[in-house]
Amino acid sequence: MSLVMTLASRNLFHDWLRFIATLVGIVFSVVLVMVQMGLFLGFGRMVTTMIDHANADLWVVPKSAKSFEDPSLLDLKLRDKVASVDGVASAVPLVIGFSDWRLDTGEMTPVFIVGADPKAGVLQPWNVVEGDVREFAQFGGVAVDRTYFDRLGIKGLGATAEIRGRRVKVVALTDGIRSFTTTPYVFVDLKNARLYTGTPPNRASSLMIRLKPDADRAKAIDAIRDHVGDAEVLTSNEFRSRSRSFWLFGTGAGAALFAGALLGVIVGTVIVAQTLYSSTKDHLSEFATLRAMGSSNSYIYNVIIYQALLNAVFGFVLASAIGYVVVQMTAKSALPIVITPWLVAALLALTIVMCVSSGIVAIIRVVRIDPASVFMR
Amino acid sequence: MSDIIVEARQLKKTLGKGAGRVQALRGVDLALRRGELTLLMGPSGSGKTTLLLVLGCMLTPDSGTVTVCGTSTSGADKEALARIRRDHIGFVFQSYHLFPTLKAAQNVQLALDIRGEHGRGAAKKAREALALVGLAQKANARPGALSGGEQQRVAIARAFVANPSVILADEPTSALDSDNGRTIMRLLAEAAHERDRAVLVVTHDPRVIPFADRIIEIEDGILVDEKSGGPERLRVPKAAGSGL
Repeated sequence: MSLVMTLASRNLFHDWLRFIATLVGIVFSVVLVMVQMGLFLGFGRMVTTMIDHANADLWVVPKSAKSFEDPSLLDLKLRDKVASVDGVASAVPLVIGFSDWRLDTGEMTPVFIVGADPKAGVLQPWNVVEGDVREFAQFGGVAVDRTYFDRLGIKGLGATAEIRGRRVKVVALTDGIRSFTTTPYVFVDLKNARLYTGTPPNRASSLMIRLKPDADRAKAIDAIRDHVGDAEVLTSNEFRSRSRSFWLFGTGAGAALFAGALLGVIVGTVIVAQTLYSSTKDHLSEFATLRAMGSSNSYIYNVIIYQALLNAVFGFVLASAIGYVVVQMTAKSALPIVITPWLVAALLALTIVMCVSSGIVAIIRVVRIDPASVFMR
Repeated sequence: MSDIIVEARQLKKTLGKGAGRVQALRGVDLALRRGELTLLMGPSGSGKTTLLLVLGCMLTPDSGTVTVCGTSTSGADKEALARIRRDHIGFVFQSYHLFPTLKAAQNVQLALDIRGEHGRGAAKKAREALALVGLAQKANARPGALSGGEQQRVAIARAFVANPSVILADEPTSALDSDNGRTIMRLLAEAAHERDRAVLVVTHDPRVIPFADRIIEIEDGILVDEKSGGPERLRVPKAAGSGL
């Protein structure tokens, strides 16, 4: 094995304080980028959680609806037209909207109503841990997530409250259905959803379409488009993508997360560049000796690049460990940080690029070394 | 094959700018032959280090030519000059310039490493070179744990290990006591006489004169005198662990 690696590691570990300072810089940078991008991914997942869990092939939404939460309404007459299209198995209306949850203490808290016919089985609460969603219709029943007990002022199944002045009773509890807006989702049946959101009986937020197994998807989409006038027909992927791009980029949330990540990269690069430059400067006489002995420039660059790579590997391993802890800590939070294998791979690549590009400053310094300086000392 | 390893013709070199401008070399002709230890002596500022740097392909002369092992340095860029140094020249520096974080054997091995020789073969050669300078038992010591004389012997092993045709040594004994100085000069003399290398030692240490085959004096950038070394070198006993 070449001594390049040995020289690089010795140069690096020779000054522990500087090495630790470098690692702190890299770890800070990588963790910051990891958290920002993890939030981005987590946010991206959360904004489409309803679409992800809906058993729909297509969505009919009001023209230019920006997201699942868009308050625009459709004329419900479309439902019959759509249902008559060849290949359509069912067209299930969905009513969503913000409302007020009144606690027994008289306090109010906003909630987000999601209402569809539970019998249709297209969009109903998932991860139900207690109770039964079939009781929705009987008692003004609602399903809520148990992480929102405090917000909703309830203690469990059977708790009561008021939505828009109407008595509701918690008949089902879910686990892990959180809203990125922090406003709790409240699942109800379609009829009650209209009451709680003030949606007229002839209107709906969207139609969730299920196609027959043997339906020609493209033809069905075209045929539905012919029947819905101004309304839009979207596949689940299209609706997901539209919702995500609205919440992440239309609101500026995504840009803010990216800006944070970019800041992390800049800070990391500057710190690594500074410490590598300082390390190189301390070893200039050694590099000059190598040059005097006849080493090529590339041999010296390799020493510096290996130093940078070692920084990257150590920094990344530490940052990953911290990232793992952060992911675990936020797993049950309102906005969990999501770290996928792709993100890990991208972060490793980013760390390497950041550290190696930081070495350029040091390399520029080394290029100017005069080997004759060895004879002046 | 010619006995001349390094040949310089009509070297002229000016250093500095403005009021500090000095003509360091004023038309130097010099040939270094295989099997010969040449001393280059002269007072401070006489141009001996400048001449060493030009012969060592680290400075380009303003005019004149340098040929190393048949390769002219004229018009060569920095990388080409580095290649000539790597292929043909071994250096011994006044301040040793060992790498403090590397072991003695690794310091020697570095000279092979930059030439693309890696692995066990290179490590073995490095240990053998250390044995030749009498430091086999110090192969794993770091420079900080070695005396000045031992460090210079490691530096000499580093200069020899890649089997260069010429060795250029800059004041190799100036930081050493008499005993260590003699050991170093014995090793350099053996490199010339037993390994058929051309050795140039720049010095103003008169203690090394007995080891020289030829003594050249330089003053104000001109070679002013050349004489043969005395028979004293024949009386020098062999160095410990020698065989170079």
